[in-house]
Amino acid sequence: MLDVRGLQKVYNGGARQVEAIRDLTFTLSAGELVCLVGPSGCGKTTLLKCIGGLLTPTSGEVLLQGRRVTGPPPGMAVVFQEYGRSLFPWLRVGENVELPLRQKGLPKARRRELVTEALAAVGLADAESAYPWQLSGGMQQRVAIARAVAFEPEVLLMDEPFAAVDAQTRADLEDLVRALWHKLGVTILFVTHDIDEAVYLGQRVLILSSSPTVVREELTIDLPDTRDQLHTRGDPRFTALRTHVQEQIQAAKRGLPSPSTAGDEEA
Amino acid sequence: MTLTERTSGGGPPAAPASGDGRPGRRRGATAWLGLAGLGTLLAVMEIVPRVGLVSPKYFPPTSRVAQALAGEVTDQAFWVALGDTLKGWALGLLIATVAGVVLGVLIAAVPVLREYTASTIEFLRPIPSVALIPLAVLLFGTDIRSTLLLVVYASFWQVLVQVLYGVQDVDPVADETARSYGLSALARVRYVLWPTALPYVMTGVRLAAAVALVLAITAELVIGAPGLGARIAVAQTSNAVPDMYALVTVTGLLGVLVNLGARAVERRTLAWHQSVRGEVAV
Repeated sequence: MLDVRGLQKVYNGGARQVEAIRDLTFTLSAGELVCLVGPSGCGKTTLLKCIGGLLTPTSGEVLLQGRRVTGPPPGMAVVFQEYGRSLFPWLRVGENVELPLRQKGLPKARRRELVTEALAAVGLADAESAYPWQLSGGMQQRVAIARAVAFEPEVLLMDEPFAAVDAQTRADLEDLVRALWHKLGVTILFVTHDIDEAVYLGQRVLILSSSPTVVREELTIDLPDTRDQLHTRGDPRFTALRTHVQEQIQAAKRGLPSPSTAGDEEA
Repeated sequence: MTLTERTSGGGPPAAPASGDGRPGRRRGATAWLGLAGLGTLLAVMEIVPRVGLVSPKYFPPTSRVAQALAGEVTDQAFWVALGDTLKGWALGLLIATVAGVVLGVLIAAVPVLREYTASTIEFLRPIPSVALIPLAVLLFGTDIRSTLLLVVYASFWQVLVQVLYGVQDVDPVADETARSYGLSALARVRYVLWPTALPYVMTGVRLAAAVALVLAITAELVIGAPGLGARIAVAQTSNAVPDMYALVTVTGLLGVLVNLGARAVERRTLAWHQSVRGEVAV
């Protein structure tokens, strides 16, 4: 579904070259929910922008359903961390959700239908005529999610979407993402710096190294598919997985080799 | 200007706007104070010439000016002059706004063009419009086109510079959002760039409207193009001092109306913007 192959991104800032991403390769199957964690400053956002076609990689490629991504692909939607800047303050909630559909050239009746459905799906059916800035932060991010859902993407990219909301809202939004994912069967790549969030949400967790970035480990989250804030987070398996990811991130920060590549380097 | 203080579209989520914003009682009190101040000024201007502090010959008391004003408004020629002034003002402002917006968006959106024109704009902009009066006379004589030339030149820069700032204020996250949803370049101009620049455009037009009025009157006064300015000059040379003051008062009232009108338009079109919706916190 989504293939990232040998992705490298070097920023040329005058005389100084910064290699944000060295070599990233991973695959998402259709309908998967994969979380991407890494130490802060490891180029998560750069990676996401490359996948979303907003940045051109220095080398390597991103394939969406076998087609190479050169610009924003039509079957992909992005939810940004900065909901306040990503939603247009001059448009009402409903118009914000509708704008990408208008660009898609959908007939008005179908657009209305999708907007209503998407807002209902995120629990904001009655906020359609409000302006985004009249809503709380969590509600604004719900609008941004509704906009992505209404777009009917095959792949949904989420760039630390809940980093700027409070803990209780974040828990609600995490459950919302799981529920929408189950309902829509969309492929989700969820970027976060929050280890608990990554383990709680994902079927798999990709742990990145610190910059210049490579994939340090791919971890399958063998927790039951039905998850809830109370029991899943209390599960000993959840704690074990979280501790493992935490160790890997700590090791990545100190620049220690990952378990998978350690053997190679000694040999 | 409140616009320069705004944090580009971001900031913490604001509380729901509560209808009118400012409490009605305070707004009412402010209006009464303002009227009282104006009344005092008029009273002083009535008394000072009467007690002989200044010569009523050059500084007629308020009542005399009011009398002259009443005479003016019954005169057909006054309304023709007012119409000429408004025509020069409105037409000039319209031309300047359209040209400023179109060129501004074009220049700001194309980086090469921006670099290419920056120094030229910085050179041409500070040239006082009145310095072009000789040119206007040479080209158009006392025709209304003389007024237009000065009005357009003065107000064009006000609009252009604001548009240039406005276009640069586009939030990169908003633009990336639009791009990721596949909005074409033209759609991004319409749905992202234009709404972002609109508050700046409004400020530019409001400033330009005031400047345009100044230049319209100046052109009429100095060149003799038809309008209120020319009528002021005639009143002055024929020693009709109260009439001169009456006409000056009319130009002042015009200025107030222009500003009120521009602000009303701003409030209506920018209801979503922080500078308007945030009135609660003022």
